[in-house]
Amino acid sequence: MSTSRHDLPVAPFDPSGDVTEGFRDPSTGDYRQETMIINMGPQHPSTHGVLRLLLELDGETIIRVKPVIGYLHTGIEKNTEYRSWVQGVTYVTRADYVAPFFNELAYCMAVERLLGVEVPPRAQVIRVLVCELNRITSHLVALATGGLELGASSVMLYGLRERELIMEIFEVITGLRMNHAYIRPGGVVMDLPEEAPRKLRDLIDLLPHRIDEYETLLNDNPIWRERNTDVAVMSAERCMQLGITGPPLRSAGVALDLRKDEPYCGYETYDFDVITRTEGDAYARYRVRIDEMRESLKIVEQAFSRLADTPGPVMIDDPKVGWQAKLSVGPDGIGNDPAYLAHIMEESMEALIHHFKMVTQGVEVPPGEVYMAVEAPRGELGMYVVSDGGNRPYRVKIRDPSFVNLQAVPDLIEGALIADIIPAIASLDPVMGGVDR
Amino acid sequence: MSVAELAAAVEARYPDVVVARGEATVVIDRNELLDALAWLRDERGVQLDALSSVTATHWPDRDPAFWVVYELRSTALVQRLRVKVPVREDDQHVPSVTEMFPTANWHERETFDLYGIEFDGHPDLTRILLPAGWEGHPLRKDEPLGGVPTWFKGATMPPIDERGMA
Repeated sequence: MSTSRHDLPVAPFDPSGDVTEGFRDPSTGDYRQETMIINMGPQHPSTHGVLRLLLELDGETIIRVKPVIGYLHTGIEKNTEYRSWVQGVTYVTRADYVAPFFNELAYCMAVERLLGVEVPPRAQVIRVLVCELNRITSHLVALATGGLELGASSVMLYGLRERELIMEIFEVITGLRMNHAYIRPGGVVMDLPEEAPRKLRDLIDLLPHRIDEYETLLNDNPIWRERNTDVAVMSAERCMQLGITGPPLRSAGVALDLRKDEPYCGYETYDFDVITRTEGDAYARYRVRIDEMRESLKIVEQAFSRLADTPGPVMIDDPKVGWQAKLSVGPDGIGNDPAYLAHIMEESMEALIHHFKMVTQGVEVPPGEVYMAVEAPRGELGMYVVSDGGNRPYRVKIRDPSFVNLQAVPDLIEGALIADIIPAIASLDPVMGGVDR
Repeated sequence: MSVAELAAAVEARYPDVVVARGEATVVIDRNELLDALAWLRDERGVQLDALSSVTATHWPDRDPAFWVVYELRSTALVQRLRVKVPVREDDQHVPSVTEMFPTANWHERETFDLYGIEFDGHPDLTRILLPAGWEGHPLRKDEPLGGVPTWFKGATMPPIDERGMA
């Protein structure tokens, strides 16, 4: 291959092309002469990812802002159309990479609804357990990166320290710290390993004190309050118009939470509260996330105690649906279970044929369409999944809460000062992997 | 409120309602779309006041070739309804719902970007995920896959449907 990079067709890049009609002054119909239009991002340490903001500034005041996204577009939705239903899990988990379990859960529940199958109770409990732990790690990332962007580096260190403890548990349970592909259509890929309960117990005992620490550090911290209070305020009505969900909506006083409204995975049987505040500013969003971590911990505690008296399989007992590969975590990481390997390789020809067919062709899903929504850390994560009856998805649409919530940026910061951009975006907590997919 | 009750309430006005797998879907012509969404939002006992998502599907061998799909949600009655609008291959236009649901702005831009469906009346219908100079609409089923030159030295990348599993 002798193609040099100069021979490649490259779309002409014209940054002024993004300065569209919206930047015209409505009173004169022309571009303003006394203002400045500048780029913030996409490579900027404080924009919470590869987000680009086109700002029109009058001195320090933001007159207009246009978020420009797509820098992390990887075609996840298109890719799923050319992989089997089970492989789809490994793609969607990479969308919102800070909350991968929720992507897996929404996708798998959509596939299960298409198949019309019920997941075993123990798998439901494990799903709730890992998702709520994941909600805590996600809120910790929001806190840590948001803190860092406002100059509170100690908050960053503490937040990522506790997140790492939970990631270690994820690694013990799934074999991976992120992008687990642990939840699969029909259940979860394997049961909790032996050391998981002890590690979970330690974590559940430790975390409340650590959350107290963050609150001691930040709640009445004058700088933190100054930067966040009355910044990026949004009313409940405007939130509803813009489709905002999750902590930003609940911080404006609307108690919408899909775990309560449209319960799934047995959330109706868990005791927890929906946290709301009324101020609707960046500080309220911070407080909502802190309190939600406590509620998640309550759910983790309940799920943990249910594990002991919910025995049974973690994958549906249907050879036509359940993924047959048995995996176990060995000393060298995750791999095929030795007993299962012996069964298909030495004992049963039928089992080997079945295994081969499942791996190469996968599951066939009856034609139809479903929309399955779960309450992810950032709000409503929906999966619109269409099957044409084949062994691959016909369409997977990820309704990611970060994508929708990011539309609020102009409302939050137009008329404010440049410095307010940082807490405004940090309080929305968009994850660009989810925004751009 | 159950799905059956919602479906019955909608069916009285828009008869093309299907309930499958516990989800209600109504097919509405694009000329009626804005009126229908306003009615669905305001009618007592329906109250679909929030729009979760807008997307499309492409069926190149069928007529209509496209379906534009709106996921509506009633926060008051805790119920969902899917509105589907057929769009023909030779006339890919749908009225924009951004006036009624400001959240549709980016959803419609994304659907335009990935499927090439034009939302008439949208304030800023430009590409959102792909660069402004991009040609084609990648989520269409007839869009050629991969096989593009890469910047990695000496590498070739076959289209995804020629790799791995069939």
